[in-house]
Amino acid sequence: MSAVPDDLKYSKEHEWVRADGDVATIGITHFAQEQLGDVVFVELPEKGATVRQFSSLGVVESVKAASDIYAPISGEVLERNVKVIESPELVNSAPYGDGWMLKVRLADKGELTKLLNAADYRSHIGESAGIGGD
Amino acid sequence: MAETALRRTPLYDEHRRLGAKMVPFAGYEMPIQYSGIVAEHRAVRSRAGLFDLSHMGEFHFRGRGAQATVDRLVSSDVAGLDVGQARYGLLCNERGTIVDDVIVYRVAVDELMMVVNAANIAKDRAHVLELLGADTAFEDRSTGTALIAIQGPRAAQILGAESGAEVTRLHPFGVIGARLARTSAVVARTGYTGEDGFEVFVASEGAGAVWSALREAGREAGLLPIGLGARDTLRLEARYSLYGNEIDESTDPIEAGLAWTCKLDKAFIGRDEIAKRKAEGARRRIVGLVIDGGVARHGHEVVHESTPIGTVTSGTYGPTVDKNIALAYVPTEISKVGTRLAVRIRERDVPATVVKTPFYRRPE
Repeated sequence: MSAVPDDLKYSKEHEWVRADGDVATIGITHFAQEQLGDVVFVELPEKGATVRQFSSLGVVESVKAASDIYAPISGEVLERNVKVIESPELVNSAPYGDGWMLKVRLADKGELTKLLNAADYRSHIGESAGIGGD
Repeated sequence: MAETALRRTPLYDEHRRLGAKMVPFAGYEMPIQYSGIVAEHRAVRSRAGLFDLSHMGEFHFRGRGAQATVDRLVSSDVAGLDVGQARYGLLCNERGTIVDDVIVYRVAVDELMMVVNAANIAKDRAHVLELLGADTAFEDRSTGTALIAIQGPRAAQILGAESGAEVTRLHPFGVIGARLARTSAVVARTGYTGEDGFEVFVASEGAGAVWSALREAGREAGLLPIGLGARDTLRLEARYSLYGNEIDESTDPIEAGLAWTCKLDKAFIGRDEIAKRKAEGARRRIVGLVIDGGVARHGHEVVHESTPIGTVTSGTYGPTVDKNIALAYVPTEISKVGTRLAVRIRERDVPATVVKTPFYRRPE
């Protein structure tokens, strides 16, 4: 599996979105899970909750530390991935597959234009992975 | 922002070559993980792991007065150490609180080595120099000494193949001189993982040879290099204190659960105050917690019936026990095993239960 699949949209905070009609699936990227290390706990909003683009939607805990997950798009939560709550290591082993986090009803498809495509995300993590300034 | 240059251990290039993720720790650039914390943790519990601990400090005390001097400095029975024995103990101040936790090795009749925490080297040096008499020569060999630990059920077999069977006959906390990879070493059966294992002290120049030889000797046995991340999860499952978390200069040995390290019928710095606190009984104590539905971290509040009553000192996911575990200070009257508490994680009170420690004990 590619570390940055071409068919997804990305946030600078390392979440991905797969839009299918007005339903979007959300997860964190391969790069994000690699940076986090072993994921041991995932906290996600329940069905019916509302998430707002670029606001925190939940938390992923690795052995080392807790990190916020930011919503790459706004909308109502249709489903959260129960499997990833029970087996958080899926975030490491299949970040774009069984490690998905939420399915959301898109509130505004226009928001997708505020996200990066695969090529832009690749260059974004190229920069983040380097030893940059501040 | 001004940055202090980070120091590197003699094994720095090895870590880079092995793809380690390096982080600043106690002024050093240290490997936090290689293959991943959970995989490394499991390797130590089931096979063996190799650790670079060269950032730790090594103090040497020599001369006729060495043993008596260190006995006055350290809470445990250093005077009773025979040559070839080591003991865990505490450096305390006159207020009876903890300056550092150390291991003292009697390496010769008139020579003792004290291993101290990397972050405390300068502070500890000042502390011990205050008490030093003319009959004891002190030398801080922290910079010139490398420390490599090999830990896990296969550690003895791997080390023995490299250094000869004598080390495998060491008792726990035994220490001897040995040679491996054509390098002189001091080998002790000590560690910080809850497994059988050894710590190997060599001059910095020999560190690369010893590291490579042990990696090679352990290849078939499944030995992995282990970073500071797994070192922390291993020690926490085994309920070993970490200086700066469970213990510091605001904690005393009684509340920290380290009364067993204090030989109160001898003279040592802090003894009177510690004896007084022991007689009074600790107002708070460290307990083990299992958290149901979240990972507790250092600094989180512990809550009892919606009231904050204590603080988490260390918390993580424990890969071997497969639970979210933590150590925390709580008032003595609500510290009994089985007590239902909560840990406030991101403004939510997550249920936690006081459990017996250690969380993990290795099978006999």
